[in-house]
Amino acid sequence: MTDTAVQPAASGKPGFFTTQTLQKAVAFVVLIALIAFFSAFASNFATGANMVGIMQATAVNGVLGVAVTFVIISGGIDLSVGTMMTLTAVMAGIVLTNLGMPLPIGILGAIASGAFMGAISGAVIAKLKIPPFIATLGMMQIARGLALVFSGAKPIYFNSTPNYGLLSPESTISKLIPGVEIPNGVMIMFIVAIIASIVLTRTIVGRMIFALGSNEEAARLSGINVDRWKILTYAICGGICGIAGLIVSSRLNSAQPALGLGYELDAIAAAVIGGTSLAGGRGTVIGTIIGAFIMSVLTNGLRVMGVLEEWKIVVTGVIIIVAVFIDIVLRRKA
Amino acid sequence: MTEQPTAAPLVEMRGIEKSFPGVRALQGVQFDLRPGEVHALMGENGAGKSTLMKILTGVYQPDGGEIRVDGQPVTLPTPHAAQALGISIIHQELFLMNHLTAAQNIFIGREPRKGLGIFVDEAKLKRDAAAIFKRMKVHIDPGAEVGHMTVARQQLVEIAKALSYNARVLVMDEPTSALNETEVEHLFGVIEDLKANGVGVVYITHKMDEVKRIADRVTVMRDGQYIDTLPAAQTPMSTIIQLMVGRELADQHRATGTGTAEEVLRVEGLNRGSTIRNVSFALKKGEILGFAGLMGAGRTEVARAIFGADPLDSGTIRIHGREQRIATPADAVAQGIAYLSEDRKHFGLVTGMSVRDNVTMASWRRFISGGVFMQDDALGRVAEDYVRKLKVKTPHIHQETRLLSGGNQQKVVIAKWLLRDCDILIFDEPTRGIDVGAKAEIYRLLEDLAAGGKAIIVISSELPEVLRLSHRIAVMCEGRITGELDGRTASQEDIMTLATQRSSAAA
Repeated sequence: MTDTAVQPAASGKPGFFTTQTLQKAVAFVVLIALIAFFSAFASNFATGANMVGIMQATAVNGVLGVAVTFVIISGGIDLSVGTMMTLTAVMAGIVLTNLGMPLPIGILGAIASGAFMGAISGAVIAKLKIPPFIATLGMMQIARGLALVFSGAKPIYFNSTPNYGLLSPESTISKLIPGVEIPNGVMIMFIVAIIASIVLTRTIVGRMIFALGSNEEAARLSGINVDRWKILTYAICGGICGIAGLIVSSRLNSAQPALGLGYELDAIAAAVIGGTSLAGGRGTVIGTIIGAFIMSVLTNGLRVMGVLEEWKIVVTGVIIIVAVFIDIVLRRKA
Repeated sequence: MTEQPTAAPLVEMRGIEKSFPGVRALQGVQFDLRPGEVHALMGENGAGKSTLMKILTGVYQPDGGEIRVDGQPVTLPTPHAAQALGISIIHQELFLMNHLTAAQNIFIGREPRKGLGIFVDEAKLKRDAAAIFKRMKVHIDPGAEVGHMTVARQQLVEIAKALSYNARVLVMDEPTSALNETEVEHLFGVIEDLKANGVGVVYITHKMDEVKRIADRVTVMRDGQYIDTLPAAQTPMSTIIQLMVGRELADQHRATGTGTAEEVLRVEGLNRGSTIRNVSFALKKGEILGFAGLMGAGRTEVARAIFGADPLDSGTIRIHGREQRIATPADAVAQGIAYLSEDRKHFGLVTGMSVRDNVTMASWRRFISGGVFMQDDALGRVAEDYVRKLKVKTPHIHQETRLLSGGNQQKVVIAKWLLRDCDILIFDEPTRGIDVGAKAEIYRLLEDLAAGGKAIIVISSELPEVLRLSHRIAVMCEGRITGELDGRTASQEDIMTLATQRSSAAA
């Protein structure tokens, strides 16, 4: 029982060096160190084109990471984010290409279908009391299967929606500020991150998500309708997967129904590297975004250095274990 | 092995000392057990019975004192060492592997092998288990999965396991707490057989009539001290009860009020399985109603049921005279009922969140602007307000509640419900894990709340606490309310008599 120790307290504000801040700082330093290392030792790394490539690669994983961060903080897990992304991309394809609807309806279709499927996962978990791991493992296959069924197992191209590229590869900001070639997909990721961060820290939704993940039973006994908030959490996660689906399909100019498996593990890894606790109750969106960048910088840097593609998978695995170990060490000290 | 009352003791414990950080759990305690006797060990919760038996079974190491087995001084560094000397314990909560069979459980870790020691000899395993069951004269299929058995049968498997270690000393910790009448009779039969075979049984119980039924001698403990050892048959129950509660009331302060006439809560005919049986009571505005009873008497279960945390089989709950359906804690809170669990860390607080968030948690929805945004400044002000009012010692309202002391954690939980405007407060062991100084403060707080018009239920296993706080005391035993006492005149003995009244005796 060492947790009764009194922390040295400054004024009326929480201490700056909380475990969370420290952890984000560590992740950020690691990211900077990686960039410095690759810039120094890989001549093709620090080029504008390569940087854009890294950002492109981060956008999808970053958005999926934010989605799963909501669920992980609430004390759950969502294995379906990867295939959910695919399903929502297919939905956008059906709405835009097959039905010929305008772009906003397609965007809405993707996000709404993701939120709907997420709500189903949430309801299965909350009402049927099926563990999140199992429920979303099931949903992962359901979404994957539906994506194949709805698309006839063939890619859906967005050729009839000429401005679909606005959602990812094009760079609107470069037209406003010449030279800043940040693709729209990355901008969308940052916007999603900022809104998600506000939702988690400033709104009742976020407060409830943290409460659920910290101690669900205490929340229930405080008269909180735990089931409803849980369903909402998974619905938000699904909705954000819809945004990821739009980004990925815009970049490929097609909804690829076979895509998606494995993305959930990268998304969870980004969240964990960024300091989100799989035990629930702790985590930040900024951490997840940093985590997603660490993963793509590492992947890209190793490739540029000529390291065999397969090795980066190994390194990612090591990074996850190291990140969680740092988390444990930091928490033990607190 | 013939029965002689003067037989040399199997086990002798003398001058046993044991301290835990901040608590002297045992002070110079003695105990002995003869072959073929049932020796009951009695005392209130926290008297030190379990600690003493954990020392005898090698779970704890004594700080001082001597243990002799068959007259030889021994040390029992591990439960395994105790088992090797023939000392086994049947815990109140059974430690069996539900998915394994009875035979597999009995011989776990000691399975007979065959085929170069690679394979388990399942046939021999079953034969050996069957032989033990036969010796116990019970009919249990050694191949049956333990998880599918009744608690009573699982207990018999535990006993068989102990016997498989050639147990000569068997410690049973409240073995009948989950058994029905027939099962109790059956268990007593098994114990009689064990006695006849020279096994000594230490029988920890709260139930007087059981002591009378099967015990040869009774040892009473109180506050970590040995009080006396008496012949069970010749000693009146009242004497034993008196020895158990013996201490004078440290604080003679008694509740004086009686509450107002206005009835806030009326509970009628509450039933839930075997844990709540036909419980009815009423609670008035400004009143503190104490719920006394031994552990497992059903007090917490009643509280949780009223709060909607567990479903009821039957019964009605009226609040301010109106019948209400309370299916979830959210319903209860909406009706102004708050439940403050004894296990604050699991059920009361979100320990990883701040004082501010915990105080305001049940009221968050009142502090929203623009549909979703938390008014953190307002939350902070309200939390500051309650921290000041209840004198919560915390460096600031952003402190995580896990870093607060027990007393201050309890105040945070109380603040949560006061902010939520609950007027029926159910406190389950309000001062558990709280030091003496802070206790007095919590008592005053509860009295002030009652005086201010709240209706309060206090569940407590500490008799002085119940007597100190309650205007009225309901005593429970085995899921029933066995009696109601006036807080101003009740004595510890009155409460203990009702708390040990089994259903058969209550009729």
